[in-house]
Formats: sequence, C-alpha cells, structure tokens
Amino acid sequence: MNDMTPEDRKSALKGMGTSRKRVEDARFTQGKGNYVDDIKLPGMLFGDFVRSPYAHARVTSVRKDTAMALPGVIAVLTAEDLAPLGLHWMPTLAGDKQMVLADGKVLYQGQEVAFVVAENRYIAADAVELVEVEYEELPVVTNPFKAMDADAPTLREDIAGKMDGAHGPRKHNNHIFTWEQGDKEATESVLSGADVVAEEMIYYHRTHPCPLETCGSVASMDKVNGKLTLYGTFQAPHAVRTVASLISGIAEHNIRVISPDIGGGFGNKVGVYPGYVCSIVASIVTGKPVKWVEDRMDNLMTTAFARDYHMHGKISATTDGKITGLWCHTTADHGGFDACADPTKFPAGFMNICTGSYDIPVAYLAVDGVYTNKAPGGVAYRCSFRVTEASYFIERMMDILAIKLDMDPVELRMKNFVRKDQFPYQSALGWEYDSGDYHTAMDKALKAVGYDNLRKEQAEKLAAFKAGESRSLMGIGTAFFTEIVGAGPVKNCDILGLGMFDSCEIRIHPTGSAIARLGTISQGQGHATTFAQILASEIGIPADDITLEEGDTDTAPYGLGTYGSRSTPVAGAATAMAGRKIRAKAQMIAAYLLEVHDDDVEFDIDRFVVKGAPERFKTMKEIAFAAYNQAIPGIEPGLEAVSYYDPPNMTYPFGAYICVMDVDVDTGVADIRSVYALDDCGTRINPMIIEGQVHGGLTEALAIAMGQEIAYDEMGNVKTGTLMDFFIPTAWETPNYITDHTTTPSPHHPIGAKGVGESPNVGGVSMFSNAVHDAFRPFGLTQSHMPHDHWRIWKTANQLGLHG
Amino acid sequence: MIPGSFDYHRPKSVAEATGLVARYGDTARVIAGGHSLIPMMKLRMTDLDHLVDLQDIGELRGISVNGQSVEIGAMTTQHELIASEVLTEVAPIITEAALQIADPQVRYMGTIGGNVANGDPGNDMPGLMQCLDATYTLSGPDGTRDVKARDFYEAAYFTAREEEEILTKIYFQANGAGYAYEKQKRKIGDYATAASAVLIAKEGDVCSFASIAMTNLADTPIYADAASSELVGSGLDQAAIDAAVAAAIDAIDPAEDNRGPIEFKKHVAGVILRRAIERAISRA
Repeated sequence: MNDMTPEDRKSALKGMGTSRKRVEDARFTQGKGNYVDDIKLPGMLFGDFVRSPYAHARVTSVRKDTAMALPGVIAVLTAEDLAPLGLHWMPTLAGDKQMVLADGKVLYQGQEVAFVVAENRYIAADAVELVEVEYEELPVVTNPFKAMDADAPTLREDIAGKMDGAHGPRKHNNHIFTWEQGDKEATESVLSGADVVAEEMIYYHRTHPCPLETCGSVASMDKVNGKLTLYGTFQAPHAVRTVASLISGIAEHNIRVISPDIGGGFGNKVGVYPGYVCSIVASIVTGKPVKWVEDRMDNLMTTAFARDYHMHGKISATTDGKITGLWCHTTADHGGFDACADPTKFPAGFMNICTGSYDIPVAYLAVDGVYTNKAPGGVAYRCSFRVTEASYFIERMMDILAIKLDMDPVELRMKNFVRKDQFPYQSALGWEYDSGDYHTAMDKALKAVGYDNLRKEQAEKLAAFKAGESRSLMGIGTAFFTEIVGAGPVKNCDILGLGMFDSCEIRIHPTGSAIARLGTISQGQGHATTFAQILASEIGIPADDITLEEGDTDTAPYGLGTYGSRSTPVAGAATAMAGRKIRAKAQMIAAYLLEVHDDDVEFDIDRFVVKGAPERFKTMKEIAFAAYNQAIPGIEPGLEAVSYYDPPNMTYPFGAYICVMDVDVDTGVADIRSVYALDDCGTRINPMIIEGQVHGGLTEALAIAMGQEIAYDEMGNVKTGTLMDFFIPTAWETPNYITDHTTTPSPHHPIGAKGVGESPNVGGVSMFSNAVHDAFRPFGLTQSHMPHDHWRIWKTANQLGLHG
Repeated sequence: MIPGSFDYHRPKSVAEATGLVARYGDTARVIAGGHSLIPMMKLRMTDLDHLVDLQDIGELRGISVNGQSVEIGAMTTQHELIASEVLTEVAPIITEAALQIADPQVRYMGTIGGNVANGDPGNDMPGLMQCLDATYTLSGPDGTRDVKARDFYEAAYFTAREEEEILTKIYFQANGAGYAYEKQKRKIGDYATAASAVLIAKEGDVCSFASIAMTNLADTPIYADAASSELVGSGLDQAAIDAAVAAAIDAIDPAEDNRGPIEFKKHVAGVILRRAIERAISRA
C-alpha cells in the first residue's frame, strides 16, 4: 500500500460517497436469502387462523371437535384457552390493547378467531374449514364520522364508559384520543381577520405497505433449558424481545429473537400481531416449534394498514401570497384497536410537521382518533410517523391556496419557504428544523425540468383542448417536502417506554478485518453495504473487510430497529461514534509503535502518521495486529468499541419533486410523461443505493396516488383483498425517473447524514396527486380524493362538464 | 391460500380425459393453463376431488392454417398464438388481443381453450371468438359436437358445454378484414375495464362487412350484432360510427366493481369501441 497515492488508498476503502455495489444482492439474486418461511426446524408444526367473515359480530360459540378429529391436527386454540395465561389480549404499541383471539366478539373482517395447529400447513388449512363458529351479526360502522354519532353502536365494549384513554380523555365510546398542538386561539384569530382563507377537506385514503414477503414467525420453546427462540419478520427485534418477555412472563435473557432476511417492511413489520403470540403459545403448549406465515389476503386484510386520515384544513394569506396561519383538524380512522406504531408521546405521529417547508407564523393542529370496524394499524408506510399525511395535507393546501390567489403554485412556495438563514428553524408546531436550503433546491429543480416552458406547453395544450382538437389535458405536479426522521431523542421519543436510541458494536480482528453489529435490521435498505462504508471512512479498514450483522438479539447490541428512516440518522451515527472510539485507541497504539506522543500522530485515510513526517506511519492493519500481539503499557489488549447513540435532534431531509402527466378525460387514464426528483438527504453515503431508494419510494408513491387502496363496503367487507384489485405497479406502469440532489449536511449528526429511504414516498404522493389536480385547475377543480384511478379521474372530468 | 386435497390425473389422450371426466362426474374438473382454476381452488371457491390435467395430450396442441381456414388446438398457449407467424398472417387480431392478455409469464401457461371454455366474462378470447364467428368443438362420451362461440355463453361461468365434455379445438374462417382489439385495463395482468374486438371490410368506400364484440361489459361476452349492422352498407362516416357505438352501448350491461361504476364503464366502452372501429377502418 505504501506506493499508493492518497486517492488510491481512499478509493480502496470504498468508504462514504462510493457507489459500492450491494453486498446483499449476491445472495438475494441467487435465491439464497434466508427468510422466515425458509426456516425449517425438526418437528416443526404449522399454525393457521380461523378468521371472521364479519366486520362486527358476537362470537356465540366455537366448536373444535370436527377440526380436532382431522388426522394431523394437534390443537385448536381459542381466547378461552389463552385466557388462563393472560394472553387472549395483548398490549398495542399505542397504549391500547388488542384481542389475540376473538374474546366474545369480532371488530373487523378477517379478525383472528381461533388458531389451528397441525402437522403441516395443508392439514392446518383443511382444519380451519372444520372449525365451526357461530356469529351474531352487529351493526357495522366503517365511517369514522358516523362512529362519533351519539347513537353509534359501541365497538369496544371492553372499555365502554372508561373515559380516560392512553392519551387523555375520551369523548365517546368510539373515541380514542384528541391530540392538540400549537396555538388554537391565535390561529383562529389570524384566520378570521385574514385577507384570503382557503378551506378544504383533504382525505388521504387507507392503504397498505404490502411488502413482498408477508408477516410470519417461527417460535421454538425449549422446555429443557427454558429458552424461547423466536424467528420473525420484525423491524424491531429487540423491542419484540422486551415486549415478548413482558407479556409472556419469560425472563428476557431466556428469549432470543432473530429477524432473518426480511423481504421488505415499509412499516408493516413494526407492529406485534396475534400470529406471533399464537405461535409462541402453541410452541409452549406443544413443546414443538410452530410456524405461522400469512398469505397475501391475510396480510392485506389484517396486518397493519396505513393512512386513513380525514384532514380538514384552513390556510390564510395576505393578498400577495404571504401565508399567515394554518389550521388543521384531522379525524383519524384507527380501526378496531389503536395499534398505531408511533412514539408514545405522539399518538398522531409527527403529524405536527404539517407546516411543511414554509415559514408559517402561527398554526394549530388537532387530531381525533376514532374506532371503526376496520383492521387496526396506522403504521408509517415508507415514511416517518404520519409524515406523508402531513406532507400531503400541506402540499395540497398550498396548491389550493395558489388557486385562490390566482398564483403559480411554485411562486407561492418560493414566497413562503423557510429561508436558509432561518435554520435552525423553530416551527409553529414545535419542531426545530436542523438545516435546509429550500430555495436553492427548488431553483435547481425548476431549471432542470424547464418549468417555464412546461407551463407554456400546458397553456397550448389547454387551448387545443378548448378548441376541440384534443381530449387530453396536461398536468404539472410540483411538491416540496420536509421529512422529519431519525426518531429519536430519548427525551421525547420512546416506544412502550423504550428510548429510541440505537447502537453499534465493533470488533476489529487481529488481521485487520472487522465485524460490526447494530441494533437495527435491514429489510432491503442495504445496511450491510452502507454501514460498512461509514466505518471504512471512519476507521480506515476497507468496507469489503467489514462484516455487518443485525437482527439477532443474542449477539447484536440493543436498538429500536429500522423504520421512519431512522437507521442512518441514529444507528449510522452510533456506527460513526463507535468507529471514532476505535480510532482513538488505535491512535494510542500507533503512537506507542512509532515511539511518539499520542498527540504527535494523526489519522490519514487508512493509517496514523507522525505529524510532519508522513513517511513514518502505521496502517490500521498493523495497528490491529499490535492490539492483539503486543503488551502495550497502559492499554488493554484488543480493539473493540460499542456506542449507544441518543440523537440530540431529528434530521430533516427535504426535496423538490416535479412530474408531468397527460390526462385522457374520456378514459381517465393518466399517462405519466416525466418525473424529476431532487433529494437533499445531507451527506450521501452511497449514491447508487440512494438512487435505488428514490426509485422504490417513488414507485410506491405512484401506487398510492394512482390506484392503491384498502376499500371497504358498507358491510365492512374488504373490497381490495388481493393483488388483482390492490394496485402494485409493474415495470410497465412505472415511469422513468430522473434523480438529482443538493447536499445540506445535518449539523448535529456525526457524519451529516439525514436518511433518505422514505423521502420519495413523502414527496412523491403529493407530486402525483398535484399533477392530476393541476390538469383540471383551469376547469375549477380544487380537490378530488386519491387514489386517482381511471374511474375517479373520469368522474372528476364528468363533474366538471368535460364530457359534453 | 391452500386448496383442499384432490387426486391428480394426467391423461395422454382426449378419450382418456373424457373417460375420467365421465367417471368422476361433477367431482372432476379439467385443467388447462390453470390461471383461473388454481386461484379458485386456493380460495376454496371451487371444490373438486379430481383434477384432470390436459397438458400431456398432444392432439390438443397446435395451430393449423389452410388458406383462410384456421384451426387451433385448445391447449395452445397464448404465447404460441403470438409466436405463430402463419396465424398472425391470416388473423392478426388474435396476436393483437393475445399480447394484451396479462404478462409473458401468464401467456406461457394460459391457453386459448381454457380462456374460452371457462366462461369468465373477464377473459378476452370469448369476445374475440364471437367477433371472428369461431366454432368450438366439444368432445364427450358420445362423440363430438360443434357449438358456435356466439351461442356458447349463457351466463358468467355457465356455457353450453356439458359437464362431461371437454373443449378440444376452435376453428374459424378468416376473411382478411381490417381489425383491432382495443382494451383498457388498470394495470398489466388486469381484466379489461372495457375491451372490444372489431373486424371491418370495405368495398370501395362502402363497408361490406363488420363484426363487433365487447368484453367484460356484461356477464357474458357481447356480440354486438346491431352495432355491426349500423356499419355494413354505410360509408363508415361519423354518423354510422356514432350509431354503431350507440347500438353497442345499448347491448352491454356492465356491473359495478372496483374498476368503476356502470356509468363510467358504459362511457369507456364507447370510447374504446370508437378507437377500435377507427383503427380497424384504417387497416381495412
């Protein structure tokens, strides 16, 4: 290495800023991944659920005899069987409780009623049909506003009359909480005296993360040594271990939770599901390993949905377009149980980021959570907690205000952006934005797409449409988002009392290679690739020589897991900090070996050099070996470090997105012509992975905005329970993406990184939806609800009188 | 998503297959590509004890073209239809339609016989076969009989095929008319929101022949006889096309589903048909 130039030595590390190929992909692309359903243990049994066909009903009897008589059936568990263990209900992450198996009634279609355990999954499926359940149907409530009617049926009889909830007082038996932020009085006073006020109901429909791999678990209780091993699709394995210990009574050191390879999470795998609990109980009861794996319909119908926010908004401005205030009341449809996955003090997540990227002097937000006869959940689907809802709300309100002011939507945004010199910026709803340069990002985006020319072309297309020469309208969708990620500071972020720090532990081996273990868990993000790159830059060992391990609670340090774009902001920081501890010890070893004072050596890419005498150095490889083979006075042998990182603040990635589409008013088909996405995620660790993340997030945003929904009929039947009706775009429906960036490092993060995986979903949904609305703006459209599938776009055109 | 248990049979000849179906009666179903049947079995909406797989029956495969006469074995896959140069030569509308069915993976398995025999109103081939005025040959224990595609469909999943019969081949007479298969769908792999098959021939400027069929706009495919009549003898002018579209919309009876309400489907059916007619005219 001695004859290498500094540039050569640096590039050999494949550290931060390198588009290093993903080390995970060799196994994934060759079918060598190890997912939960790949786990096969000797004697393993298989569990499957009897599910309710009704959305609201009393369960009057469950008869097991016929099912038990089927050869190969080992057990049929009901709430009655779980009750003596206290496991027929379980706590949710949101301070509510949820039935593991129907305890007297069911609250949504697909709810778990009984758990059949059999020798294999085929027998289990046959036995499910043989369990005889009698139901007595009850009136169904699928509309959260009707749920709050005085005479609405009480859904949660278990807490009827109990008017103090987990997040304060309840107003109604179907009410969960009211969460208020900001200054109501001041905001309403500004609104009442404002020059211009735009008011609208913005509905962000119910959808679902729908990861490629569904949820599942394998529980294995070893009755001899008293140890429970639980494999599962967990985005937070350590938290699962703690929760499993608390609810099962098994000591935490006797539980080992393993998240193996995970085939996508997007928030769906944060929650705790009845299947996990039942597989554990069944293993305890039978003494054998028990596997439970959802099918696609189970997944779409019962495990954590996302969104379902009815956001009533008012925004005020001066006549020249300076925003003076923002008001929002949200009715949040939580389904039958409050199983949202938010930090404890934030029952509506970070919805109070809804002032967006704009300098809004005064604001008020209230969120009412409501029970309905729908599946529980409310997870952050590829976003930080409720941030896509917040971002969609403000980005729609900005476009609607622009209409009211007869202004270009970009001009309105530029006029109201938080300025670069205002950071760190205190928002009216209580956040401190760490850093940003919004005007520069927007300017770059406008130039890149040729915004003025697009508007000219749009005007020409509109003239042609009005002249009867065309039946297509051009829409330009602009969105500017600010994410809030990296939960989070322990002082205000915890889940079930567990502070949301994260961790990294590093061991350098004698030959100069290393292993690092983290408290997070990759679900496709490429942690094994990028975290090794952070370390390579921090400790001067090539990324290729560093193994990354996550997901095994017996070996990895405690952490809160991967969701809300928190891995890089929190665990990435822990990695850098642990690396710096390694470097500090390496410095002492190097000084000893070079026979100089500690302060006389300095780190140089992959080595320590004597200041002023760069020919005198020790490489990290040499230092690692010395750490294990030399007795160095005053220094312990070995080279290891661990860091638990509690971030001082969240990070605030942002971006400017613009797309162009042509809308066929006769068929409702929207043809997306181009998509440009500029992301500023602070320091960029691996540009190729960032680009991949942006592509994936945009595609999920496209799905949500243009067709994906969990829809119910009035009886509470799920209408979109298969991939025939639940829209997952294929390559055919996916447009080409142009990605771009600016770089505004986070001032408080050790390497300045902010997180990126979820940004494209946060910005993308608003962008696509704004484009559809923009196409119809000349005809008076202010708001039409997503998803913008063919018939809804057609209906908009029809209502605007465009079908003659 | 696991089917109940069943016995699997893999006959080598049509006679053997019809024998199995006759023996097991309504507890048996034949399987071709399986794209409709297997999901129904997994959802346990179809209950059967005997699955009779037709894929090893060589006599059910293949395309033969003799002049304008076309004969297609029931087990011929959509992929084979697309890949057949002789078929594309005489009946390019089949290629155009098959390319709009699902995706390549499905088309490698999905067969024309399964598509027409299942009676699923969402399938594309039944409407197309009505447009082409094709005939289906059915084999049963008492020999074979022929049924016109236009007479075959009774209601969703109900057809003129008797339980013990197997649809073995499809034949029709091509006529070199201008053609178009136009389909609107939500995404690749979806059934049509609305689709139409159109054949038009001209003598000079006058329409000498027209055939129009609509897909997934009623509980059976719709052969729109009245719509075709509006075009024949006309100069294919705007008024004639308007009349044909109006007649076709009159003939359909779409149901509301996740693709949209009835009003929308009727509107889109008109738009799609108009586009198909215009494309067919341009090729006539």
